[in-house]
This record gives sequence, C-alpha cells and structure tokens, in this order.
Amino acid sequence: MNNADLDLRPAPGAVSPTRIVLAQARAELRLMMSNGEQLLLTIIIPLGLLIGLSTLSWIDLGTDPGTNRVDVVVPGIIALAVMSTAFTAQAISVGFERRYGVLKLLGATPLSRNGLLTAKTLAVLVIEAIQVALICGVGLIIGWRPSGNPITVLFLVVAGTAAFSALAIAMAGALRAEATLAAANAIFLFLLVAGGTVIPRDRMPDWLGTFGELLPSGALGNGLRAAMIDGAIFPLWSFVVLALWLTLGVVIAARTFRWE
Amino acid sequence: MANALDVSNLVVDYGATRAVDGLCLSVAPGTVQAIVGPNGAGKTSTVETCEGYRRPSDGTVRVLGLDPVSDARALRPRVGVMLQSGGVPSGAKPRDALVHLARFYESPQDPDQLIALLGLGDVRSTFRRMSGGEQQRLKFAIALIGRPELLFLDEPTAGLDAHGKRVVWDVVNELKAVGVTVVLTTHSMEEVERLADQVAVVNAGRVIAAGSPAELTTSTTPLVDFRTAVALDQELLQTALPPASDVRRSHDCQYRVTGDSAPELLAAVTAWCASNSVDILEISTGHRRLEDVFIELTSETESYE
Repeated sequence: MNNADLDLRPAPGAVSPTRIVLAQARAELRLMMSNGEQLLLTIIIPLGLLIGLSTLSWIDLGTDPGTNRVDVVVPGIIALAVMSTAFTAQAISVGFERRYGVLKLLGATPLSRNGLLTAKTLAVLVIEAIQVALICGVGLIIGWRPSGNPITVLFLVVAGTAAFSALAIAMAGALRAEATLAAANAIFLFLLVAGGTVIPRDRMPDWLGTFGELLPSGALGNGLRAAMIDGAIFPLWSFVVLALWLTLGVVIAARTFRWE
Repeated sequence: MANALDVSNLVVDYGATRAVDGLCLSVAPGTVQAIVGPNGAGKTSTVETCEGYRRPSDGTVRVLGLDPVSDARALRPRVGVMLQSGGVPSGAKPRDALVHLARFYESPQDPDQLIALLGLGDVRSTFRRMSGGEQQRLKFAIALIGRPELLFLDEPTAGLDAHGKRVVWDVVNELKAVGVTVVLTTHSMEEVERLADQVAVVNAGRVIAAGSPAELTTSTTPLVDFRTAVALDQELLQTALPPASDVRRSHDCQYRVTGDSAPELLAAVTAWCASNSVDILEISTGHRRLEDVFIELTSETESYE
C-alpha cells in the first residue's frame, strides 16, 4: 500500500461556527430533497389538496355561497405544509438519525448540538419557503386573490414551525424510530382533521370546535385564515396556543431526548 | 511533555450498573495505546467518556489537557473519533458524507484521496446498502477527515477482511510516524502486536495489566507447563513454589505454573516432584504470547482451574 501522496500529519482546526451550521444545513436540505417519501408528504400532497379542495365544489368547506373557495383553502394548505415539514418529516428523520447513530457521529465533530438544531431549523425554513412559493404560485393560477398582511403570515409560520419542531424532537426522543414513523403520520392526520386545519370547523359542535382551536394545527390554520381572509394583524389566540405547545414540546424534549 | 490522555480513577455508572470502576490510563503523545478486554469490560464506556459523550460518575478525564465535556468546543476539532455504533445518514453515499464533514475543518484531508486509500472508490451505493466492511472503512475515513492530532478508534478492524485490516494498520502506523496519538480498542491480539506501543488489559471496569506488548508477553509471566502420570495436590505444590507463583490445572494431569522466573519455577517443580515421587511425563518452559496473557487475565478460570 503506497500512501505517499496522502499527508497524514495533524492539521486540526475547525471553520467558524456559522460556516459549520451552514454546511450542515446544506447537507440536511440535500437529504430532504433526495427523499421521495418526504417530497410526497411535503410537496405533492399539499398541492394535490390545494387543487382538489379548490376545484371540487361538492366538497363542503362550510363557506358562504359566492365565497372564492381558493381564498379559504390556501391558508389551510400553508398550515398543512408547515406541519408536514416541521413535524412529520422532521420527527421521522430525527428518529432514524438517532437510531442509526447519525446524531452520535455528528456529536464527535465540531458541530455543536445547538448548531445541529439551528441547521435543521434553517433547512426546514428553506423547504417551507419552497412549499409556500409553490402553494401561492399554484393558488394564483387557479384564482387565489392574495390579501392580508404578509408579515403576520410570516410570524405565524415561524411560530408554527417552532412549536411543531419542538413536538417533533420531543416525539423522536421519546419513541423508537419505527414508533415515531407510525405515530408521526397518525398524529399528523389527527391534528389535520381534529384541528380543522384545512377544512374550517364552523359546522362542528361548539365543544369540538374549541378543542380543535386548542390544537397547534387548529391554531395555525385559524390564525392563517384570520390573517389572510379577515385581514387580522395579530391573531392573539393562535400565538398563545402555539406558544403553549412550543413550551410543552421543549419541556418534553429536554426530558426525553437523547442524542444516541 | 504533557500526556495526550490522562484518565484517573474513572468511574462510569449506568443507573445501578457500574461499567467502569476506578480505571487509570495515561497515553504519551505520538504513541499508540491499545485497550483490550472482554465484551462488557468497560472499554467503550471509557473511550466514550474521553470523547465527551458522558460525564464521569467519578474521577477525572483530561484529553490534550482539556475536559472533554466542558471544553468540547476547543477539543472536537483536534480529536478524530471512530465509533462502534455511529453512522452516517442511511441515504448518503460515502463521498457525500466525507465531502460534507470536510467542510467543518480548516484544512481537511482530501475526501477523494481518503476514498482511494481505503478502497471505497467503487462504492456507489448509499450507506444503508454498503457492506459492513465498507461502512467500517468509511467510518475510519471520517475519523481522519479533520486531520486530528488524537484519534479514538473503537474496534477499527472489526468486520474487516485481511486486506482491509492491513490498510487500516498501515495507516495507523503512518499516523504514529507523523506524531498522531492513537487510542484504540480491539479484540485482535495481532492488531495489538502490530500497532500498539502500550496495551492496557481491562476487565470489570479496571486496568488489570498494562505495559508494552513485549512486556506483557515476555518478562512478566514466565511459565512451566508439565504433565504428570497422576493427579497432584495443587495446594501442596503451591507451598513449595517461590512466592508470587501460581499453579493451575488445565485438564486432566496437565499443569501450568506461572511466576517471576522460569528457571526457579522449573527447579522448584522438579525438586517437588522428585521428593514426592511424582513422575513427570512432559515438561517445558516458555513465556506466553500476549493473546494467552489476555485470555488468562480476562476469562478468569475458563481454561485453567
């Protein structure tokens, strides 16, 4: 074996924490984009629902006659997209990364734990930006008329991302990888339906409606609809509920999460 | 010169289980330290504490003079780690993983050169579909990517074929030649004899023997093996032997006496047999290979009673 061309002399030294985080975010993004199941979950399903719910008029959205269906559907689909990326996709990938020792191996590199969380969050935000751009683009094509304050929408998306990410990490920490996989999908569907994320729950009994508003999915969906349909600047109730779920997620994650 | 690694009275508990129980180890810079011992002896727990994965329950660990947990940020760029259990994302290809991790370092090793060196050039599959040997070689490459001054290798050649082992051994010897400190755990005595300057035998969470491989094989435990026609009273023989000697029966009438000096043992055994009218059918002296030392020190009385 001739290793003459390989210089094995030590030359230790890490680049700046910022560059490390950006490098990790880039790798996270690349992995997410190359995962077919995740793309189905985060891109295909939201766009399919957007088109289906907007065009199939026999699906009762609980809207008044004459309402532009797309205007009601777009905010809900954005909420769905945030959930699919920040919660389901992230819980599944973190669960398997933990199981296969990926997080442990990264723990031996100059990437810090906070750096890893930051990188994952950046990657999630980039995916969400792509999702929102696609949803808005397709929405415009099928007749969506944008309204409401974009800053409010941005803050709601960030608050939802924080809450769902914390819940994803908490679940990936508490359960085994296979259980996380199953639960992430089941909880996603439950939150979607019970929270009235996509289809507003105006026609449900009051107690069930209140329950849905207390779910993070309901809070995000209602908040986005309030902002984008009714022009609300600060949907307080949504922010309060999302902040409570964020706190719960962080508390559970801090107790259950192990890096190996 | 300060040690590259200082472990003193390390204790690691997992709940009620004590994995490491007062372990001490010092490694000089630029040397290769092997840690051997049976499964469950505490090798991995010790190494992972040095890597900062867990805090000592008691005792202290200093890696390059630093605390592996509180000084992690300063330490991680300088230390290369090959884990038994760690992995790369299952969907990543070897080159992607190396190129990615290389971005963390100022002057990393060239991923393509490492891939060529470790024979991973033809591997096109993702980590999940790579063979155990390929995964092992990739993990070794990952440990080298940041050009560390200290390397922890947890069973680096486990699952490698003869060629893969030789490649890893060549690289470790070259690393030592350029001043890198290497701490490795292994079950392979051949690996110890080829690589290690010092070896520590660990059992039940403690170092039970330490020294150079040559010291452990030759000077510490001369022995006399002999076979008799009839069974002996071992306790009686023991009283006739020099202090610090030990007699064990391997099977039937086959005995092994160990002590400080082979001639003294030989004289004591033959004199005792003569005065007790015990016929010796075979007798030989020697010193044990490291592997024998290791087996005897760690497997308790499996082969010798």
